Amino acid sequence: MSEIAAAHDDHHDYHPSGLWRWVTTTNHKDIGTLYLWLAMIMFFIGGAMALVIRTELFSPGLQFVDPQFFNSMTTLHALVMIFGVVMPAFTGLANWQIPLMVGATDMALPRLNNWSFWILPFAFAMLLSTMFMDGGGPAGGWTLYPPLTLQTGNALPFVIFSIHFMGMSSIMGAINIIATIVNMRAPGMHMMKMPLFVWTWLITAFLLIAVMPVLAGGVTMLLTDKFFGTSFFNAAGGGDPVMFQHIFWFFGHPEVYILILPSFGVVSSILPTFSRKPLFGYSSMVYATASIAFLSFVVWAHHMFTVGMPLAGELFFMFATMLIAVPTGVKVFNWVATMWRGSMTFETPMLFAIGFIIMFTIGGLSGLMLAIVPADFQYHDSYFVVAHFHYVLVPGSIFAIMAAVYYWLPKWTGNHYPERLGKWHFWLSTIFVNLTFFPMHFVGLAGMPRRIPDYALQFADYNMLASIGAFGFGFAQLLFLYIVVVTIRGGEKATDQVWEGAEGLEWTLPSPPPYHSFTTPPVVR
Amino acid sequence: MKRPHRRTAIRLAAVCVLMLGFSYALVPLYDILCDLTGLSGSTSNLTQATPTPPKAETVAERQVTLQFVANVDHSMPWDIRPDQFEMKVNPGQTYQTVFHARNRTAQPMTGQAVPSVTPQMAAPHLIKQECFCFTSQPLDAGESVEMPLIFKVSERLPSNIGTLTLSYTFFDVSPTSGTQSG
Repeated sequence: MSEIAAAHDDHHDYHPSGLWRWVTTTNHKDIGTLYLWLAMIMFFIGGAMALVIRTELFSPGLQFVDPQFFNSMTTLHALVMIFGVVMPAFTGLANWQIPLMVGATDMALPRLNNWSFWILPFAFAMLLSTMFMDGGGPAGGWTLYPPLTLQTGNALPFVIFSIHFMGMSSIMGAINIIATIVNMRAPGMHMMKMPLFVWTWLITAFLLIAVMPVLAGGVTMLLTDKFFGTSFFNAAGGGDPVMFQHIFWFFGHPEVYILILPSFGVVSSILPTFSRKPLFGYSSMVYATASIAFLSFVVWAHHMFTVGMPLAGELFFMFATMLIAVPTGVKVFNWVATMWRGSMTFETPMLFAIGFIIMFTIGGLSGLMLAIVPADFQYHDSYFVVAHFHYVLVPGSIFAIMAAVYYWLPKWTGNHYPERLGKWHFWLSTIFVNLTFFPMHFVGLAGMPRRIPDYALQFADYNMLASIGAFGFGFAQLLFLYIVVVTIRGGEKATDQVWEGAEGLEWTLPSPPPYHSFTTPPVVR
Repeated sequence: MKRPHRRTAIRLAAVCVLMLGFSYALVPLYDILCDLTGLSGSTSNLTQATPTPPKAETVAERQVTLQFVANVDHSMPWDIRPDQFEMKVNPGQTYQTVFHARNRTAQPMTGQAVPSVTPQMAAPHLIKQECFCFTSQPLDAGESVEMPLIFKVSERLPSNIGTLTLSYTFFDVSPTSGTQSG
């Protein structure tokens, strides 16, 4: 773009500066950046909560925090990490990348986009403020099961309203993403030509629209049970607390795919670049993602096998759950086939992507173990479950987010990140994440229950290892923060294509891309 | 907002509203499912549905154990206990037992018992002919009462079930205590 054209563009656009620019912005790149920074801040807040938990569990006995506070740490850690880190980070990536990848000028509904971001800081301020209220923060677990959760003190309505806000934000974000993908693709960008990151986000957005309202309904029932005398979950009034679990997990299971499907898209974008081969089995990847999303609606009760279900129900949910391993397996094999005989190089994004495949598969297989009804009665609510979902969320979703940041940061900033430090970050994270979560499998199988601040003496050694790992992992992330900051400030200049094997519309733009990109639609071959 | 974007956004917002409605629709759906299948140990509507015993001579030999459990809700200061903790019963015969309740507090209160049967497969086969759980039970300060239960176990009880547990939980339904519970 010539100097004159750039000056002309600037003249057209009202460009507030300073803080006000960020408050009023409707630019997809600015909003993407805001989402990603919110996720980064919440990542350290949620991480600090995890370290409180691991400090208390370093050795048996109660030593640092009282059990009520411990329980509110486990509850808030989960809510912050799910709604405050993984979901905003993926929405941030979507905001940055989807318009660039489909050749659109911006998101379809830019003002809605601004609103859906700016709700979030208030939602989280409200959620975190509950820690300082009478009766403490929510301590009944992030799943908010009644009747326990109804014993929360003043915090309960604040938690519920903050969940409403987070839900509204994600729904508006999802509507925006669908409208962008459906209506704003560049000419020639057919659905089956879209990058897989766009596909996975399209499916994720439909999941969000389908299930976030169900969560909103469920927590609203909690609110009216507590304050307005309804009896949805109160046995004295003819309700049933188990019904909450059904409603919650009808949301909750699609939610875990909301947390993982965009990572599948990220990994499917990164692997072909660094293998210098096109993605193996593109259309099977699309169909596998769609079938995972569909199946996610009919497996929710595998979270509650122990509430007492008829045998037919248990068998149905067991087999439906195991069926999900088939499309997931298709994906894993496609990724391996993409790398097979490729000219692979191992830059940091590739390392994180390969780490994702290996460790996500470990988490997937422990999920398969949990799906087996007779075994689940032993594993239920044990540390085995904690190990399982941390394997799919930390070296799964979080590693994919980091891979995406390393992969696209040179495009966003125009600067290469320091490669050596990136590799250090990967190896430190990988070693410590396994040190943290692998021992949890063993203590879980041996019977250590989750969400308890104390444990029997025989679990002491593994818990000490897990705590050491957690601190190592936590401090390794400061390196990530440092790398991101120095890359934004400067560094070796990146070319337009950035990576030798990168293909796609975003790599045809300059690095960093102009504030308004694709003002004339690109030609898709 | 451009027209195609507006149309997409409105349709998707309509889906959201529908799904919010669906979350509330799950409540009656759940009740219907429980009533149809006897899941969650719900026994409430089963007295009317008493099947006529098929053959009188099948009554005799089989014996099952029926255990009684009585609990109070955490906000309910009553003492509740079954007179007998366990009975051996023949399916098809009618039995009677009593539960004792005492109001420990200094005010009159009203309690209501909610029954539950485990294993859940057995719930439709425990037929309560008279039960204090059908009505609320007022008690003055310090008053005690014996509450009768007349029941039988249906002969159609699946043969793999040898022990049933009938559990009652008492809830405070005093008119004044509306907001304190929960």
